[in-house]
Amino acid sequence: MSETGTEPEPTDGPAGSVATGPVPKQSLVGRLLGRPRPGSAEIDEMLRMKTDEGSQELAPRSRTSPQELELESGRVLRLPEGVQLDRGDIDVETPEDESMILNLGPSHPSTHGVLRIMVEIDGETVLRSKPVVGYLHTGMEKTGEELMYHQGCTNVTRMDYLSPFFNELGFCLSVERLLDIEIPARAVWIRMLMCELNRISSHFLWLATNSADLGAINMLVYGWREREMVLAFFEKVTGLRMNHNYFRPGGVAADLPDGWRDDVLALCEAIPKRMDEYDDLLTGQPILQNRLVGVGPIDADTAISLGLTGPLLRSTGVAWDVRRDVPYLAYDKVDFDVIVGTNGDCWDRYAIRFNEIRESIRIIRQIADAMPVGDYRIQDKKITPPPRSRIDESMEALIHHFKLYTEGFRVPPGDAYVPVESPRGESGCYIVSDGTAKPYRVHMRSASLTNLQAMAPLARGGLLADTIAIVSTIDPVLGDVDR
Amino acid sequence: MSDQSAPEPTAPETEALIPPPELLHGCPLVDSRGAKVVHCNREDYLELCRALEADGHSMPIGLTGVDYLTHPGRDLPAGIRPERFEVVVELQDMAHHRRLRVRCQVPASDPRLPSLFDLWPGTEYHERETYDMFGVVFDGHPDLTRILMPEDWEGHPLRKDYDTGHVPVQFKEAPRGATI
Repeated sequence: MSETGTEPEPTDGPAGSVATGPVPKQSLVGRLLGRPRPGSAEIDEMLRMKTDEGSQELAPRSRTSPQELELESGRVLRLPEGVQLDRGDIDVETPEDESMILNLGPSHPSTHGVLRIMVEIDGETVLRSKPVVGYLHTGMEKTGEELMYHQGCTNVTRMDYLSPFFNELGFCLSVERLLDIEIPARAVWIRMLMCELNRISSHFLWLATNSADLGAINMLVYGWREREMVLAFFEKVTGLRMNHNYFRPGGVAADLPDGWRDDVLALCEAIPKRMDEYDDLLTGQPILQNRLVGVGPIDADTAISLGLTGPLLRSTGVAWDVRRDVPYLAYDKVDFDVIVGTNGDCWDRYAIRFNEIRESIRIIRQIADAMPVGDYRIQDKKITPPPRSRIDESMEALIHHFKLYTEGFRVPPGDAYVPVESPRGESGCYIVSDGTAKPYRVHMRSASLTNLQAMAPLARGGLLADTIAIVSTIDPVLGDVDR
Repeated sequence: MSDQSAPEPTAPETEALIPPPELLHGCPLVDSRGAKVVHCNREDYLELCRALEADGHSMPIGLTGVDYLTHPGRDLPAGIRPERFEVVVELQDMAHHRRLRVRCQVPASDPRLPSLFDLWPGTEYHERETYDMFGVVFDGHPDLTRILMPEDWEGHPLRKDYDTGHVPVQFKEAPRGATI
């Protein structure tokens, strides 16, 4: 289904078409072959019917509205005061027969999942591009309306599968805001610890795939290896490498295991040393620099008006980090720097993610020292299920356990949205409650989907090979885009 | 309470108990669990958003919809007509670190809203998603097509009258029509 712009599929054969009688609009060759004439409305229709997406795809210029053509340029770019937009300057006018619409994906290693990008190219130059998404859509927001609040984390953790803790955190913070409860200090710091480790594992995977996209295949192996070190710790704490369902409304599911501090400090020892090696391997390498420096620049005003967050926004020099600017958990009690770039190009985005790993290590060391003792979940019997041992001893514990797992807990009506800073940008869960035990509406503000809007303006006018570098540094996770 | 033409003797007392909502560009501004929320009717939506953009709310954080079909009795300030759909826009003022949520009522009989694309191009995908999931049409959107569902999909899945349905599972020697 992915070859667009090629020949239409032949019909059953000439015999069938002869029997249907004369079709005056067809050419002689078309009649003989039993096909519609090239360029006719029938072919347009067949091309559209052949794929699943139809008008969601990038259509030829003749079938695209002027408004849509302006999507990547005039109406999106924010120009400084006093600079007039010269339309002839921005619009790369190419006769249609000199350009070609090419389909990248949905299955291509460098599209990070099932992202499909349609590009119109003239030689190697990208004239237009359009991401086509939705291949991983499984209706998780609808599913979220069917699940009780204590089941909700199981659902949302699968959205952005590379940073599951941030999905759970966004969901839990919103539910806790609706319940108006304060969770114990140890739960807050455990959540911070897991989130920062998750940021490292996510950025390592990005480092691996980004380097592989640009031809540094050896880094692919190293990046996955380092990520696995972090995931081994996750497995020890939560029982799972991914999709943990570890954060729950009211705290976390279990306390940290014995010896967690040694494991965390061992990670803090090992990772910076490896980062120095990767600095030698990648950062100074002229091939990598040629692929990244000056590629896909974006200015701050355009980035803000597009709603870009995370490393994409910070690469333009805007020091915006939800952890610092809208503090949640206990981020106001730890010391860390917000890494910013200057040019907003792929190189800045690379450098920001690279250094954010080091910054996270710095935060994790502080967390390991400051981890308070105490409860790891709120001692509210209407929200927290009783420990297993109490069920055998106490009638009330048994009742609470039964009621919680059959009916769930009720949440006062209202709506809440608490933003968190995920590795990809601002993430968060907009929850509407109608006072029952199931959320009325669960909407995940997905950083990946919003950041993907930068694809078209960034890729415009660049080389096709740069498109791969741009997708890679936007770093979308398709589970988060499609949900 | 807002009806000023027929004042009753008890009216001043009730007004003293419930203070009239603060107004922002003529629309009621309320506090919802620490977040500033401004409510509006459909006809004020574009005006309000223009004014907010001029105020410095430069970043569109998100835009989504809610279908209040089965939860009609929600809390709304006076002067806001409850409708079936609500479009929720989250905005961020980068310079002043202010955050604001706009909740706009959209009637079910004619679910249309002006697009915010010209104010914030970052609402493009969110409006497409809201159209896809709720069937709210955004006038003036440059490319209003489905984004997550296939183009030929019928219905809008996140509407409350759109059933999740069942997948019939035929177990070995199970009676016909058994479902889970």
